[in-house]
Amino acid sequence: MKKYILKRIIMSVITVLILITVVFFLVRLMPGGPFTNPKLTPEVKAVMEAYYGLDKPLPVQYVQYLKNLLHGDLGYSMSYSNQTVTSLILKAFPYSADVGIRALVFAFSVGIVLGIIAALNRGKKLDFLCIIIAIIGTSVPDFIMGGILQYFFGIRWGLLPIAQYKGIEYTILPMISLGFATLASVSRIMRSSMLEVVNQDYIKTARAKGISEFQVITRHEIRNAIMPLVTIMGPLVASILTGTFVIESIFAIPGMGKYYVDSISSLDYTMVLGMTVFYGVLLVIATTITDIVYGLVDPRIRVS
Amino acid sequence: MNNTEEIKDDDFQIIGKQLEQMESISRPALSYWEDAWRRIKKNRIAFFSLVLLGIYVLLAVFVPIFSPYDYAEQNSANLSAGISVQNWFGTDSLGRDLFVRVWMGARVSLTIGFFAALLNAVIGTLIGGISGYSGGKADMIIMRLVEVLYGIPNLIVTILVMLVIGRGVISLVIAMTIVGWIGSCRFIRGEILRLKEQDFVLAGKVLGVPAIVIIVKHLIPNVLGLIITNLTSAIPGAIFGEAFLSFIGLGVAPPTASWGILAKEGIKMLRVAPTQLLIPAFFICTTVLALNLLGDGLRDAFDPKLRGED
Repeated sequence: MKKYILKRIIMSVITVLILITVVFFLVRLMPGGPFTNPKLTPEVKAVMEAYYGLDKPLPVQYVQYLKNLLHGDLGYSMSYSNQTVTSLILKAFPYSADVGIRALVFAFSVGIVLGIIAALNRGKKLDFLCIIIAIIGTSVPDFIMGGILQYFFGIRWGLLPIAQYKGIEYTILPMISLGFATLASVSRIMRSSMLEVVNQDYIKTARAKGISEFQVITRHEIRNAIMPLVTIMGPLVASILTGTFVIESIFAIPGMGKYYVDSISSLDYTMVLGMTVFYGVLLVIATTITDIVYGLVDPRIRVS
Repeated sequence: MNNTEEIKDDDFQIIGKQLEQMESISRPALSYWEDAWRRIKKNRIAFFSLVLLGIYVLLAVFVPIFSPYDYAEQNSANLSAGISVQNWFGTDSLGRDLFVRVWMGARVSLTIGFFAALLNAVIGTLIGGISGYSGGKADMIIMRLVEVLYGIPNLIVTILVMLVIGRGVISLVIAMTIVGWIGSCRFIRGEILRLKEQDFVLAGKVLGVPAIVIIVKHLIPNVLGLIITNLTSAIPGAIFGEAFLSFIGLGVAPPTASWGILAKEGIKMLRVAPTQLLIPAFFICTTVLALNLLGDGLRDAFDPKLRGED
């Protein structure tokens, strides 16, 4: 097990390094320089370029960039004057994390329950309903879901606020639109996994021993069926994180996604670069943790 | 065993060999493809999806040609108009006809979706096929590379590539292909690994068939069904990808219409004219739904285990 964890961690460190390298060189390829603000005098520009080592050759810059990165220094934003990228990320990230975690909890709790209900009522109306919800979830992109929810709950019926992030009622629509696609895949996987578990011998054994139906379902079926969900945690966390981009811009939530989209449209390269590195590292960590957890939960994985 | 005694010789009758009947074919021989096509036709949901997609493609090709409006033509006298005889889907905030824009958007989105998925499948099949068939060192190197690339979030690389090479349809396809082939590469490699251990490959090797012929004539036809299924299921992902990138301002450049851009513009006008979001949304969702259902149908149709069943 130790060997497995170590291998995973080494793998992810290599991935992060390659990610940073790719991002670094791609950003150097982008049109326009980092200090093109016309307000900057040539002297200030020279000082800033010297500070970031932009006057030095590329390999030196690369090493310098890695060093700065280790200090958490992602440079200054170009469109938000006098603010470092790190400070902006620290300001915005709590909002994104809040929306993201709410969406994840919503997707997993409702998705698991729907999957269980569908499996227990296989072939009946309830099962059909759950399947339809899952199909809708996989066919409707999150920004369209957001727009449609805004229209009906916010504008038409006036039930919930459609913009900003000031209290619990503001979080509901972003949470649903962000989590719905994930909810659909969770319920699908949970359903098929439950149906597979139901036919296993240990379930028959449990029944034969006279354990109550409720106990069989909760302690034997659900517990075993939930396992495959762990494997998709990593990709799902990734999809929710990237989903925050659009959801935040639709609902005017001052999170990372909104800054990211704004930075792209205002060509704020330092900001884009810094946030890309931040997102990338976050996602790689999420996938690695998922793999390790899966190894812990299911001993069969470690062997292969 | 008393029963045997009751069977007498004259219970049997010599009917002889009837050579013609022996060789006659009782039902037409079906090739793999005919069999798959027959089963797709029988699967009503999948067939309906196929027809719907066909209709959408035809509309996307012909509506922009025959419509009296141009997709970029603005009309300040007719802003955000509702559904009418002149403008079947109404007009957008710049007075452009939404009917022609939806189908122009379908052209762009479907083209990007199809070609991005196709390119991913071709590159993935080639690399995965080589990796799986050759094995050994080449396989190890390719798989290490794939493992590392797999860890990097797709969307982030796509966004960066778009920032570097600029907006446009071709850029979108390239950006989505740079990391997109990895999924099909892993999948094809697994299939090839499984297939190359089978006897028909061994027979080919013993007969001295060159490796390239084995790959092209024996291995690829065996995975082609799976490749097509995968391709169908990958198109929705590419359409979502295009829509997402257009939404955050990195997709095709205005005034080009794409479904992502239409949705983005529609959300802005939600208070004034909700149909500007709801109409493009309907077509995006039904297309993706049809592709998903068709993908499920193809998976069943190409499954050799289900062959011969009805």
